[in-house]
Amino acid sequence: MGEPNNPDITAVQQSAAANVQVPDRADLRPENINDAVIRLAGNSQDGIQTAGAFLARLAGRSAQDVMTYMTIPATISGGPSIFQVRIGSGEVLSAGDEADFLVAFYQHSYHDHIGFLREGGVLLYDSDNVEPDLDDKRFVYVGIPITGLTVEALGGTAKDKGKNIFVLGLIAKIFHLDQEKLVALMKEKFGGKDESIVNTAIMAFTAGYAYPVGNLLTKLYQFEKIDKPGGRAQITMDGNQALAYGLLAAGVRFGAGYPITPWSSVMEVLRRELPKYGGIFVQAEDELASVSIAIGMSYSGWLAVTGSAGPGISLKTEAIGWASMAEIPLIICNVQRGGPSTGLPTNVEQSDLHQAIFGSHGDSPRVVLAAATVEDCFYIAIEAARIARKYSTPVFILSDTSLATRIEAFDEPDLAKIMVDPKPDLTARQTHKPYPLDQITQHVPPGARILDGKYPLMSGLEHDEMGHPTGSPKMHMAMTAKRRNKLRKLADDIPTPEIYGDEQGDTLLVGWGSTYGPIHDAVKRAREHGEKIGALHLRHIHPLPNGLEKIWPKFKRIVVVEMNDAGVYGYGQLATILRARYCESKIESVTKTDGLTFRVKEILENVFKGKTYARNIPRDGAAVEHHGTAPENVKHLKEVVPQGVG
Amino acid sequence: MSDETKPNGSGDTSSVAAAVSAADAGGTPATTIEIPREKLTKKAITADHPTWCPGCGDFAVLASFYKVLEKRNLDHEKIVTLAGIGCSSRFPYFVNGHGAHFIHGRAVPLASGISLARPDLNVFLFGGDGDGFSIGGNHLNHGARKNVNLVYFIMDNFVYGLTKKQTSPTSPIGFKSKTDPTGAIDQPVNPMKQLVSAGATFIARTHATQVKHMMEMIERAFDHQGFSVIECLSECVEFYPDVFDPADPRKGGSFELIQEKKWDNTPEDELRHDVTDELAAYKLAQLPFPGVFGVFYQSDRPTKNALEKKWIETTRAKTGNASDLELLQKTFDRMK
Repeated sequence: MGEPNNPDITAVQQSAAANVQVPDRADLRPENINDAVIRLAGNSQDGIQTAGAFLARLAGRSAQDVMTYMTIPATISGGPSIFQVRIGSGEVLSAGDEADFLVAFYQHSYHDHIGFLREGGVLLYDSDNVEPDLDDKRFVYVGIPITGLTVEALGGTAKDKGKNIFVLGLIAKIFHLDQEKLVALMKEKFGGKDESIVNTAIMAFTAGYAYPVGNLLTKLYQFEKIDKPGGRAQITMDGNQALAYGLLAAGVRFGAGYPITPWSSVMEVLRRELPKYGGIFVQAEDELASVSIAIGMSYSGWLAVTGSAGPGISLKTEAIGWASMAEIPLIICNVQRGGPSTGLPTNVEQSDLHQAIFGSHGDSPRVVLAAATVEDCFYIAIEAARIARKYSTPVFILSDTSLATRIEAFDEPDLAKIMVDPKPDLTARQTHKPYPLDQITQHVPPGARILDGKYPLMSGLEHDEMGHPTGSPKMHMAMTAKRRNKLRKLADDIPTPEIYGDEQGDTLLVGWGSTYGPIHDAVKRAREHGEKIGALHLRHIHPLPNGLEKIWPKFKRIVVVEMNDAGVYGYGQLATILRARYCESKIESVTKTDGLTFRVKEILENVFKGKTYARNIPRDGAAVEHHGTAPENVKHLKEVVPQGVG
Repeated sequence: MSDETKPNGSGDTSSVAAAVSAADAGGTPATTIEIPREKLTKKAITADHPTWCPGCGDFAVLASFYKVLEKRNLDHEKIVTLAGIGCSSRFPYFVNGHGAHFIHGRAVPLASGISLARPDLNVFLFGGDGDGFSIGGNHLNHGARKNVNLVYFIMDNFVYGLTKKQTSPTSPIGFKSKTDPTGAIDQPVNPMKQLVSAGATFIARTHATQVKHMMEMIERAFDHQGFSVIECLSECVEFYPDVFDPADPRKGGSFELIQEKKWDNTPEDELRHDVTDELAAYKLAQLPFPGVFGVFYQSDRPTKNALEKKWIETTRAKTGNASDLELLQKTFDRMK
């Protein structure tokens, strides 16, 4: 164990600075910053997610923008894991390509992640476990015997448990974070448990905070204070929570599901919360049952939700086809992961778009929406419920692993304006046709009297206007058209999305889902370098909004950026649909399948081949560009970033 | 079996149901007017003429069902008939009432969703042996285990009829079908054994030729709170004629009824069947074909509906019966 008073430090970059000789610089004046990316790298059992989540929550409470990024090993316990927090005083769009500050708990953490530290960035490492290559002069090295000091602070019985909180204390000191607010957060988090846990956490935090880290650094930092217009408080949560609470706000009171990564936490929240609202969420025996139960609930008059990840959605598709045929409102969430089959269960991919739009037998129109950010997971649920009810149709919500696990702070929704009263409409009707050819079907649930005595039957067989089976070719044509035409009506009802950046020019980036942040960051950066570039982000993917045909002519190139395979014909899934829909040969495709979110630099390098707007730092572990699938172009996932996928 | 309480206790559905929407008549707000009700008649609940083959056992089931509905005079709008796929699963088309004709094998979860979300409804589910014991076998087990409140009527004809004579999960060994031209070789499902071990709380067996007995079973299943299943031997005259001959008294067979205990302390009662005894039910289920008919098993284990309701009530009480808006706002306040 290293001596605390004799820290292992080589402040290479700052060696020429005069103030290095000053013995105690704890009173350094902090430098104002507006953006910092902090990456904690360790093993999943070290609680780095907990420490990272505290940072994110604190940023949210301090009206700072925040975005996190994490990897979790698919193994049941343990394995390398990271948590990255980007805190900014301005708009934070992505979790950051490079870290400004890397905390390495182990030698493997150092080795695997030093490549993600920016030149001039700070490596804070546990000198009990890590021996960095101090000859690499690109970084600032700060070695602190984290393990030893934690054991010392906590009296030894806890072993090294608590070093995550010790590090939190260090970071709080370095970034001038609000100590009181952090302690309050810790009390909230651990408060329900044994009091000794709170005390231990606070001891570890205090020890970290008290450590004279100022002796080792030439600078301390402080986030610029910002005044948010509008003045709504910030709330901090991950995408799956936002989705679940969005469903609650949308008046969804019933649902059913089956556990699968990364969807499970949505159903966990709903199972816990719904009884408070008088509702029920059923954990079903399988995916087929869960979608069928949800359809039953919807049929009974309470718009219901089911969800899964890709493999589970495959199992649900027959019943979803029925909901489309019988015209029953339903919400289906697909929190996408890497596929096909069991695929990359803890990685991100956007490869279920075609499954969502087309995944069924027969012509079975359904609506597909995609959430762009954690905040949007909340609002997209409300939009999905609105559409499902108004058009009596199944609606897909696409999210993905990165949204599901990422924590963001966003303006607290104005619930009083948003909340929907969900009760079934059991008003008696004089007469009711479940499938009128000249109108959009309005579902009437059982319990509603039909006074002319003719009750509706919801049918999976092709049916007439009353729901009774028919084999008439003419009726099948008319009903097929009826089911499809309501989606055309919906297209009239959704606004054309606005363009971010230049509204006309050379390049238009088109995206959907969680790539929103990196794509917008890329546009921002390219415009700073003089490019005429804009971004179009689609939340409504099926049907597409009207008016896109007027946007294409305004740009010389249209590049669709998405996280799926270029496929046999060279275009990603959305690009394929847009090309088919608009016959627009300008539409190009940038895709990738490394299971990781897009880095801004990666997008720019792919869109502007040969030009790069990012600082080009040679490093190990840079993301792979999948221009071809020849063996020499394919790197093992571990070469990209260690994932611990089992 | 219906439970008048709505899941969140907000408003009485029956009075809402009886309201006529004045909006239909001209856009003015809805007013609640009691609309007079006539007694439920067979005529009111009859829909399309059944598409079944002449002589099919399922006709008798439909007739018995009409009669029970008529006798019980249920509110027309609260009758829900549901089915999956199969000949017998066409049932909802022949009943004029709210209903759904769903996909193959998934009618139990569909019905479970309806029963849980709307305990005020009377949920009747119909299907055959393929739908219930083969493609939907897993759902049968879990519906039974969870004890969802509904009545499930399985018309068992030992053959796939809609697809024209393939082996079914209840086809006896040796049955020659298009998929077993030299005779079935797989051990058939024993429905009573499966239901007892899965945890269904009302399990009965009847026969399509015994209309009176069938009606009695339907009524008892209806009065039971929980997952109530009736297996009805219902002959397929087209693809497996005369299969139930030994059980048909009209064809010289036997129809042996289960003698249930009367708890009268007589020596005869010792020999009678205790419907709450799982092992005794299992033993009855082992009897060789045609076996016995009547109630095999019945238990008052709490339904999933009741347990969920209890959880809702305790949770709501803890929140001080806060409004939806207050609840979600409170959650968000904790996330600041």
